[in-house]
Amino acid sequence: MIRTLIAAALLLIASLVWAGKMEPAQSAGGALDARLKKLETELRCLVCQNQTLADSNADLAEDLRREVRELAVSGKSDDEIRGYLVARYGDFVLYNPPVKPTTWLLWFGPFALAVGGAGLWWVILRRRAKMATSTPPDSSDAQARGRELLNNDAE
Amino acid sequence: MKTFRWSIPLAIFVVLVAFLWIGLGRDPREVPSPLIGKPAPAFRLVKLHAPNETLSASDLKGKVWLLNVWASWCVSCREEHPLLVQLAKANIVPVYGLNYKDDPQAGRDWLVKNGDPYTASIVDRDGRVGIDYGVYGVPETFLIDKSGTIRYKQIGPITPQALQEKILPLVRELQQ
Repeated sequence: MIRTLIAAALLLIASLVWAGKMEPAQSAGGALDARLKKLETELRCLVCQNQTLADSNADLAEDLRREVRELAVSGKSDDEIRGYLVARYGDFVLYNPPVKPTTWLLWFGPFALAVGGAGLWWVILRRRAKMATSTPPDSSDAQARGRELLNNDAE
Repeated sequence: MKTFRWSIPLAIFVVLVAFLWIGLGRDPREVPSPLIGKPAPAFRLVKLHAPNETLSASDLKGKVWLLNVWASWCVSCREEHPLLVQLAKANIVPVYGLNYKDDPQAGRDWLVKNGDPYTASIVDRDGRVGIDYGVYGVPETFLIDKSGTIRYKQIGPITPQALQEKILPLVRELQQ
């Protein structure tokens, strides 16, 4: 009986130790973690291109997260960290591309299309309205000819 | 006026098709490197075959050289490797290897098995120099000129076509 109890106690202790090991490593700075998390969701993983750095499990993403964390710890601002990655991987790493001449089409194209489409629509509507309101030609010549044709047909 | 009317939608359609067609032919994995035309990032790393010696980018100033990023775990590296061995034999341009995130012993074994085209390989165990060079898909190859400026980057394996049409002509031009 005592043996069973000791065994049970040991097992319990062992399970506690195990549970302790499974606990995720608590890092000191919760604010830093939150900041990094936010930054990483704005950065693209270059290996799996439609995932953010925060979501990706790729090897490179892990390395880049490490790099981003080290830069943040060394006191670099978010903009400086973004600049660091853009210098190496280009604007492609940013999910939010900057506005500059090469991205004008990307940023303003949809608006230009919408404005152009609305303009075209307006022109067409106006032309139609004009056609509808303008009185049909009341040339009596044409009407007389039409009557004549109908009469001929009836004969 | 009548012909003008349908020519506008047609023109828009043609432009759209042209854009989509060009887009189809492009590889989304090939992200243009912002490093082209910029100085090659500095590094000082130990050599794969001489762990007591280091090599730095500035040691190679005055030479036109290729930096080939490779690893023993990299499958597509096998694809381009015979081409690199051939290039090294032709003695046109020195090829330096960046053994990227690899176990050095595995790297050495791999070179014994597949041939060693590198004037020297350097060990980037934790991939930090790789990050400085914007490496995201091994193999990658950089062409660096005498002043230490990156002039060309090949993402993925070097194809015979890329070698003949792009890399070698540029090497000849830069060596003058």
